[in-house]
Amino acid sequence: MAVNKEGQGYTFLFAAIMVIVTGASLAMVSLELKPDIKKNEADKKMMDILGSINVQDATRENAAALFSEYVKERMVLDVNGEVVSTMDGAVDPQNTIDPFNIDVQKEYKQKISKLVQAYKNDRKVLLEKVEAETIQYPLFRCEKDGKEYFVVPMVGTGLWGPIWGYVSLEKDMKTVFGASFDHKTETPGLGAEIKEEMFEGQFEGKSIYDPSNAYVSIDVVKGGAPDGDMSGVDAITGGTITSNGVDEMLYRTLAIYDVYFKKMRNNE
Amino acid sequence: MSETIEKSIEKVKERSEPLFSPKNKRLITDPLNENNPITIQVLGICSALAITVQVKQAVFMGLSVLVVLMAGNFLISSLRNLIPSRIRIIVQLVVVATLVTLVDLVLKAFVPEVSEKLSVFVGLIITNCIIMGRFEAFAMANKKWPSVLDAVGNGLGYAVILVVVAVVREIFGSGKFWGYEIIGSVSEGTGAYAMGYMNNNLMILPPMALITVGVIIWIQRARNKNLLEG
Repeated sequence: MAVNKEGQGYTFLFAAIMVIVTGASLAMVSLELKPDIKKNEADKKMMDILGSINVQDATRENAAALFSEYVKERMVLDVNGEVVSTMDGAVDPQNTIDPFNIDVQKEYKQKISKLVQAYKNDRKVLLEKVEAETIQYPLFRCEKDGKEYFVVPMVGTGLWGPIWGYVSLEKDMKTVFGASFDHKTETPGLGAEIKEEMFEGQFEGKSIYDPSNAYVSIDVVKGGAPDGDMSGVDAITGGTITSNGVDEMLYRTLAIYDVYFKKMRNNE
Repeated sequence: MSETIEKSIEKVKERSEPLFSPKNKRLITDPLNENNPITIQVLGICSALAITVQVKQAVFMGLSVLVVLMAGNFLISSLRNLIPSRIRIIVQLVVVATLVTLVDLVLKAFVPEVSEKLSVFVGLIITNCIIMGRFEAFAMANKKWPSVLDAVGNGLGYAVILVVVAVVREIFGSGKFWGYEIIGSVSEGTGAYAMGYMNNNLMILPPMALITVGVIIWIQRARNKNLLEG
C-alpha cells in the first residue's frame, strides 16, 4: 500500500508518534537520573549553607559530612515564630518533613512572588499579605568553633529570575555573621556580582536591628551606605534591580524570623 | 531500462564503497580546516564566546555538541525518507531539543559543577546554528554513515576551536590550565607572580574570545591561501 507522505493524515500521524516517542524517552531518562540530580542539588544547598557560616572548604564530596558536623538542629517555624518541628542527625533526601528538604524556592514561587510584585511599593502591606500565607520557614542552628549561629534561607526576585541566599546570625540573633547569595540568570558583571565575596563580605558584623532594638533588616543602599551604618551595605553599581531584590528579600524574610528571635531573647 | 541498470550499478558501487573512502575522509577533515564551522562559516559563535573562559567547560561543551550532532545526524538520516517535508524543520527541532535535554540531564547528574558553569548554554545548543545547519544541509540528503562522519567532523571542528580559545584565555586570564595553577599561585604570590607577573583580566571578558577567534582565522587564512577571497 502506497502511503501519501505529503498527505495531512500521514503528517499528523508522524507528528503524533514523534511526540509520544520523545516524550516517553525523556520522561524515562529523567526518572532514572532524578536521584543523582537531587543529591547534587542537596550537596549544593549544603555547601551554600556552610558558606554562610564561613566554612569555605566544603566540596561536593564532603558536603554531607561537614553539614552534619556543623549543623546541629534543623527547625521549621510558622509565621508566629513557633517551632513546628525540629530534626537533627543526617539529612535524608527522601524525608519530606525534614526541614532541609523544604523547597523554599517553590513555596516562594507559588505563594509569595505574586504578592511581591503586587505590593512592592509598600513593605508593610506586603508583609501583612505574606504573613497571611501559610508557608514553612526553615531555620538551621549551627555550631562552629564553640559558637552558635542561626542560618536563615531566603528567596527573592532579581532582574531576570530568582535570587536566593542564606544569612547567618550570631548567637545574639542580631548580628550578621555571614551571607551567601546566588542567582539563576542575573547579568554577568552587574547583578550577578551578588554572589561574589566583595558583596557578600560586606554583611559580616552588620546588625538587623537599630540601636533602639527596632527591626530594620539590612539595607542594600544605592550609591553606597554611609560610613558607620551598622545596618546598610553598598548596592552594586549597574545592578540596581538585583540589589533592590536582595534588599526586599532580606527585609521580608528576616521580618518573619524576627518574631522568633524576639521570643527567644525574651526567654533568656 | 538502461536507466534502471545504471541505477543498480550505482547502488552496487555505493555499497562497495569502503567505510573510509577518500570522499568519506573529507567529510571529517574538511570541517576541521577548510570548512570549519566557527572560523570559516562563522556559526555557533555565541557559545564560543560565552563558555571559553575555562578549558574544562570548553571540553564538555564541545563534547555535548559532538554527541548531540552525531546522534541527531544519525536519527535524521535514518528517518529522512519518512519525515514529511512540510514539517521537517519542526521534526529537526524536536530531535535536537530532545537530545539536548538528555545531555543536560546527564551533565546535571554526573558532572554537576560543569553543568552549573555551563548553565543556560547547554540549553542553547538547541539554537546552535551548526546543528540545525547540518541536519538540514547534510543529514536530510545523505545516508547514515556519511551523516555520522559529517557530524564527527563538524563537532570536532567546533570543539577544537573552543578548546584552543579556552586554553589561551584560561592561561593568560587566570594563569591556570584545567583548573590547576601552572605558573604559581595568585593568592600566595608564588611562581611567576612573585616576579610581578599579573593575570590579564581582559582575557576573561567576552571580547577577548572574539579577538582570539579572529587571530585563529588570521593564522588559518595566512597558511591556507585557498581561503583568501578575491
